[in-house]
Amino acid sequence: MSIADSSVSSDLSPVADGGQIEAAPDPGVSPGALALRRLRRNRAALAFGGLFIVLVALALAAPLWADVAGTTPAKNHLSDTVVVDGKTQQVVTFDGVPISPTWRDKFFLGADTNGRDVAVRLLYGARNSLFIGITAALITTFLAVLLGTLAGYFRGWTDAIISRSLDVLWAFPVLLLGVALGVSLALGGLKIGPLEIQGGSKWIPTLIIGVVGVVYLARPIRGQVLSLREKEFVEAARAQGAGPVRIMFSELLPNLASTILVFFPLLVANSILLEAALSFLGAGVQPPEPSWGTMLADGIVLLSTSPHLTIVPGLMLVLTVLSLNIFGDGVRDALDPRAKVRLEHS
Amino acid sequence: MGRFVIRRLFGMVIVMFAVSVLTFLIFNVIPNGDPADRMAGKNSTPVQIEAIKKEWGFDKPVYTQYVTTMEKVATGDLISYANQTNVVEEIKRGIPRTFALAIGAALLWFAMGTALGLYTAMRAGRWTDTLVTVLALIGVSMPVFWLGALASYYLGFKAGIFPNGGYSEIGEAGLWEWVKHMILPWTVLATLFVGVYSRVLRSNVLDTINDDYVRTARAKGLTERRVMIHHVLRNSLIPIVTLWGLDFGAVLGGGAILTETVFDLQGVGQYFAESIGQLDVPPVLAVTLFGAFFIVLLNTVVDIVYAALDPRIRLS
Repeated sequence: MSIADSSVSSDLSPVADGGQIEAAPDPGVSPGALALRRLRRNRAALAFGGLFIVLVALALAAPLWADVAGTTPAKNHLSDTVVVDGKTQQVVTFDGVPISPTWRDKFFLGADTNGRDVAVRLLYGARNSLFIGITAALITTFLAVLLGTLAGYFRGWTDAIISRSLDVLWAFPVLLLGVALGVSLALGGLKIGPLEIQGGSKWIPTLIIGVVGVVYLARPIRGQVLSLREKEFVEAARAQGAGPVRIMFSELLPNLASTILVFFPLLVANSILLEAALSFLGAGVQPPEPSWGTMLADGIVLLSTSPHLTIVPGLMLVLTVLSLNIFGDGVRDALDPRAKVRLEHS
Repeated sequence: MGRFVIRRLFGMVIVMFAVSVLTFLIFNVIPNGDPADRMAGKNSTPVQIEAIKKEWGFDKPVYTQYVTTMEKVATGDLISYANQTNVVEEIKRGIPRTFALAIGAALLWFAMGTALGLYTAMRAGRWTDTLVTVLALIGVSMPVFWLGALASYYLGFKAGIFPNGGYSEIGEAGLWEWVKHMILPWTVLATLFVGVYSRVLRSNVLDTINDDYVRTARAKGLTERRVMIHHVLRNSLIPIVTLWGLDFGAVLGGGAILTETVFDLQGVGQYFAESIGQLDVPPVLAVTLFGAFFIVLLNTVVDIVYAALDPRIRLS
């Protein structure tokens, strides 16, 4: 997984003059309004942005569907039967094969080997996957903006320490680091000062994914701050007696907004994929809590008897990540048509 | 130039040192139970645990343990906690498999990405361009282990076109068997990257296609084919090659762990995946170092090549 600029090596600032908007044809229109107008014209981006909102709404509505299906995500129905088209069927046969999608309120998308309702788990899993994806992206953004701004603004020693630490993080194989941390923390929990996280908590994968991603965003932010701090408006603020904190918050931060907006949807997409990968390797969300990653991990071993356990959560995941990627693409094109941000996982 | 290379190589050593310390600390400082407890098993007496602690040196201070572990990594005597096998030997066994996967996939995604990128740039705005763009986005949006599992099951097990996972030694079953076992893993791993590469190349080509030197080449009366390949593509490829170096390093250094696991290739990544399940620290540490080495190496090579091409970088 890496976000790298396509045209310069990793040591140069990838989005250094990023956020520059082409000259507005109408001098009365602000760059932000212009970007919004461009985004509104991009129908594909809007459609997929809307799809993502629908998916979030579905996740929020999970308890409603659980009511309709009359079960909970963790409830087993091993010995239950269900009536489909007048025929009574075992939820899980004596050979351990779960029922396929019934397309009815009960077991709409079939059951898993414990007789749990896949549709209900899918929706509750969406809550976990989306929660982890969005929260991790927020953590990444917060840390990256903080570190990138400090490094770029103060330069010197501050920059040296932050940049060298990021170099070390950059050198780590992302998945290996994530899995190592995930497994080790899932067992022992995490204690940072007064903050204590239980071993099985979903905050553990969230924090890991959030921290691991910092390196991709901190570098572009630092590069941008390095060039912004020399601009006249920063000099003007300094001449008015503004201190470093004020300059960073009210002069630099607004100028970083477009970079952050471009990266954010892609970061969420990537975090969701990383959650799935970690869960697949047993280092993410811990059972019995559902997430798309854990559902896939459970399903893949049963591909020959119950393909729906693999296909359903997989399609949901692809749809979500795809909608974020297409929407993110649209945001990038609208804010900065020439930027070459990219995000990739492995 | 010489000084730049030395500086980069020195930086590489420091980063590797930091990575080794951090990986070691993840398992020694974070509370996850004593390795001696796990090795002794559930029904062990405190005396047994003490004995294991002494034997493996867990009673020593952390920095002493770090130094002895790193010495063992260097001499190749590192022993797994879980099954007492030699970690360095296990990694050596996995290297040809991981390299076969990474090199094949990297060549495939480079070739496909370049071909598709050039094709879509020349057809920019037409429906084929849109189609390839959509496919590219779908490719990067799929979890690799999901795609791999589906491909392995439907094309391998059900249709019987390809073997259902596993690795075949060239020396044992011949070259063709080896290729047959690798086609799906190569394709699945490459799918993640083809989309990105074709899109980056497409935008690079579109950037250069209107440059003056391209117009000059056309004005000289060169054929369109020659202009595209010798003038446009050659310049557009430089950033792609950089990217390729970094991604290749990442895939060699553990980025292929999911592909290896799903196709049961028994490479270095899968060795890691199996070891972490048993909280077997020595293999985890060794594979992480192995991965970090290739990432840092390829990063350094890319930087040096870049500096050789562009003097502004090495002087800054």
